[in-house]
Amino acid sequence: MRLAAPAKTTPARTEQIVLFRVSGQLFAISSASVQEVRSADSMSGAATEISAPGLRKVRHVLRRGDRSLFIVNGAMHFGLHAAEGAQLFVLRQTRTALLIDGIEKMTTMSRLQALPLSFCHEERQWYRGLTALDQTVVPVVHPEGFLSPEELALLDAALLQADKLASEDPEGTSCAQ
Amino acid sequence: MTVSTELELQSFVLLRLGERRFAISAKEIAELVAPSRVFRFPHRTPKLEGVILRRGRIVPVCDVSEMLLGKRLTSRRFYLIVVRNYEAHKEWVAIPVTGECELINAEMTAAVESDAPHVAGWLSHDGDVIEVLNIDTLTPGPERALAEAAGRQRPEAQS
Repeated sequence: MRLAAPAKTTPARTEQIVLFRVSGQLFAISSASVQEVRSADSMSGAATEISAPGLRKVRHVLRRGDRSLFIVNGAMHFGLHAAEGAQLFVLRQTRTALLIDGIEKMTTMSRLQALPLSFCHEERQWYRGLTALDQTVVPVVHPEGFLSPEELALLDAALLQADKLASEDPEGTSCAQ
Repeated sequence: MTVSTELELQSFVLLRLGERRFAISAKEIAELVAPSRVFRFPHRTPKLEGVILRRGRIVPVCDVSEMLLGKRLTSRRFYLIVVRNYEAHKEWVAIPVTGECELINAEMTAAVESDAPHVAGWLSHDGDVIEVLNIDTLTPGPERALAEAAGRQRPEAQS
């Protein structure tokens, strides 16, 4: 007689996350989504100003070769009190660099609970879900949720306009620089 | 042939919000719990305060007092955890209440067209006529968000 094979205990799937603060509020992001962490000061020289109508959360853009990274003010994105961001997360596979107060710590989450369906507005694009950590609940952000395709189109148009003006008025550009 | 006139008694939970009492079908109640810490995070859904942790589940807290009384609650004694139906599944929602809850059996008179959407029906208890609440229209959800968005777009479409 063959005995039934003992049930395999599958280890709980965990995910490495970074806990960070924006305007004092705690958020989490998968560490796999963060390509770089920079101090906001170190980027100030490299960033150029941009202004897209109706999009106040993006004021600067970083040029990296052919690529443009839009710096999103996390506090303005979430509708929190304006805060001077001290650090930047360059988010992998997006065109977003997120301005945050700072990193709290790195940890692992073992369970991501879907955002309850009662939350039915923009937050559904902002968050992948919620996780319970040390008797507190932290929203886990969606790296793609900071700039919608429509917002990216607006920013690209503003960028194109700025480039056009700069090429037409090189003196003005040199003054600005 | 005799016509049966048996009353169709159903179970309801009576809850208190400020000075008023409301009822919810007992079938839609998960539990009554003491207030616990509300975890708040940024979002754009009106009426939702945040979430509570209940036996490992994350439960949204929805204050319905403004819609029912026209003002927000200043104190709360319990959270009544109700079952909200969505198209595909059900989820818990915690509703803050200001007093003790009571389980009663009563006959419900169905709502009519002129009643507010949050009224599922009416029942008579202790000399009071009490609104039976329709949780699905009282608490936010994707279908309400779609309706609100359609409402916002309508005037633009007309202009």
